[in-house]
Amino acid sequence: MRVVIAEDHALLRDGLIRLLEAHDFEVVEAVDNGPRLVPALVEHRPDVAVVDVRLPPTFTDEGLKAAIEARRQVPGLPVLVLSQYVEQLYARELLTGGGGAVGYLLKDRVSNVAEFLDSVRRVAGGGTAMDPDVIGQLLARNTRDEPIGRLTPRESEVLGLMAEGRSNAAIAGALFVTEKAVSKHTNNIFSKLDLPPSEDDNRRVMAVLTYLSSR
Amino acid sequence: MTITQQAPRVPMRFPALAQPFVALGLAILAELGIAFFVLNVVAVPLIAVWVGIPLLLVFVPCTRWFANCHRVIYASITGVPIPKPYKKPPMKGLLMWLRTTLTDPATWRDIAWLLVNAVVGFTLTLLSAIFFLASIFYLIYPFLVWVTPDGVFTEPFGGLFTVNVATSFLVIPVGLIAFLIWRGSGERLLKATAYIGKSLLGPTESAQLAIRVRELSESRAETVDTQAAELRRIERDLHDGAQARLAALSMNLGMAEEMVARDPAQAAALLTEARESASTALSELRDLVRGIHPPVLADRGLEGAVKALALSMPFKVDVTIDLPGRPPAPVESAAYFAVAEALANALKHSAATTAWVQLSHERERLHILVGDDGVGGATVRPGGGLYGIERRLAAFDGTLTVASPTGGPTTVIMELPCESSSLKITPSSGTA
Repeated sequence: MRVVIAEDHALLRDGLIRLLEAHDFEVVEAVDNGPRLVPALVEHRPDVAVVDVRLPPTFTDEGLKAAIEARRQVPGLPVLVLSQYVEQLYARELLTGGGGAVGYLLKDRVSNVAEFLDSVRRVAGGGTAMDPDVIGQLLARNTRDEPIGRLTPRESEVLGLMAEGRSNAAIAGALFVTEKAVSKHTNNIFSKLDLPPSEDDNRRVMAVLTYLSSR
Repeated sequence: MTITQQAPRVPMRFPALAQPFVALGLAILAELGIAFFVLNVVAVPLIAVWVGIPLLLVFVPCTRWFANCHRVIYASITGVPIPKPYKKPPMKGLLMWLRTTLTDPATWRDIAWLLVNAVVGFTLTLLSAIFFLASIFYLIYPFLVWVTPDGVFTEPFGGLFTVNVATSFLVIPVGLIAFLIWRGSGERLLKATAYIGKSLLGPTESAQLAIRVRELSESRAETVDTQAAELRRIERDLHDGAQARLAALSMNLGMAEEMVARDPAQAAALLTEARESASTALSELRDLVRGIHPPVLADRGLEGAVKALALSMPFKVDVTIDLPGRPPAPVESAAYFAVAEALANALKHSAATTAWVQLSHERERLHILVGDDGVGGATVRPGGGLYGIERRLAAFDGTLTVASPTGGPTTVIMELPCESSSLKITPSSGTA
């Protein structure tokens, strides 16, 4: 898979390159500033981009803005945004426009290599990878919401993992249950929240995220 | 949802009908003031023979109390508070007090006011009351003639002519004219008295500056203390948190390095532990950074940061923002933390389901309103969250007012001076 990386800290940039190249990714370009990012993404059309939110010259949310701009020019361009902190506001901005193929993770999630690589592959495959912190906040916002209050504790757990963008198989692995049990839970969740059932993993995640963010 | 509320800052007002009675009361007080005036004027020369000192010790506080009562009354007439202008003695001790009191212009202005009030104030307040009383008297004059024995009420203008029950109705127009004069002039005369009083009882320009300097010194000292306390807290958090964790982490890594050849399984376990402590250190640092200066505030300014804050609250928060630009960084930061603290307060104590935040800029001030539909009963208590905001805003000459009846809703109104010229006009940073 071809990857473009945007990260201004040399240490982290080299770390990311090493980590990805060790797992059969090809890093086609690694940029260290905002203005260079959009052209690099549009030019290389990578299978996935891994982008830091804060980049020179402004050291604000340059990376996020560039990612959104590149996705405007190349619809569906897979982008995984990394950040030292997560903000609901930024998660929403990434998700608007829909279509999936976006990720938003805390930087320290990279340290869990297997999970990080899974997130990168998921985003490259058109899925989503939302940080558990983002989802946790989203669920907390919805605690006083009637339909969500009707979910069993296990269903809430499944809802959280699903919102992060995990597949049924991954959820089953995380909760030590069978895939069949998971799909039963997801069906219950969808009927309780009054969402149209969908077999497509991506569409399902989007529906859940949209539902959670709409209030 | 928009809620506009004005902070209640005007002192108590009298109902219109109370005005003549207030005026009458003030007229009587003005004459009582002569006593204070005489006592003071007598006591001062007697200082030379020491008798004056104990006299002054009694008379000055009495005079000041009398003047303070009038400051409150005048403030309620004009709607403008009159600050107390007295100097505080720099040290304890009788002579120090005496010296401060005798050199304080406010002492002498009080005495001058007693005299002016006894003459001018008395005349004005009496006029303000007399027309009202006269109108009542002449409007019920026929009734008085009718109920009293012959000869008691028969000469309405002191013997100019005599009337009986029938002809006494002719004086009613006089009552009406008096009433109209009172309607036109009563309140104005009372206000004139209050303004004359205010000119002598209010602080002189230099006293006003002294008061201002005192306020500023207090708020500066407080700001410096708060800053120092914040820095100590940050130092402690770094020392006990991230620093300690990183030390443990490097120890773990060292052990793993040393073990990797001998016992790979054990080394892997140590590495996992190291990774976990690194994650915890990062998350602690994240919280610390948020407390110092939230990254989203740096990224997006006040508008974006408040929106992000609203999204991270577990209840619904409506945000209305109308700012022509970005305030200067210190004001922006103070405003952000004020909103954050007010929302945190609502979350902790109010059991609210909805909150609203409004930011606007008018008349060279940044107006911040944070409300919630919770249980109400919020007050500013020393050591409480709202008190903390108030102190923080005081450093900028900002104010905080809370309206929170039991049963809610609670509204916290905050204002910060912020000149239009200091607003940075930035291209809109919203991307979605």
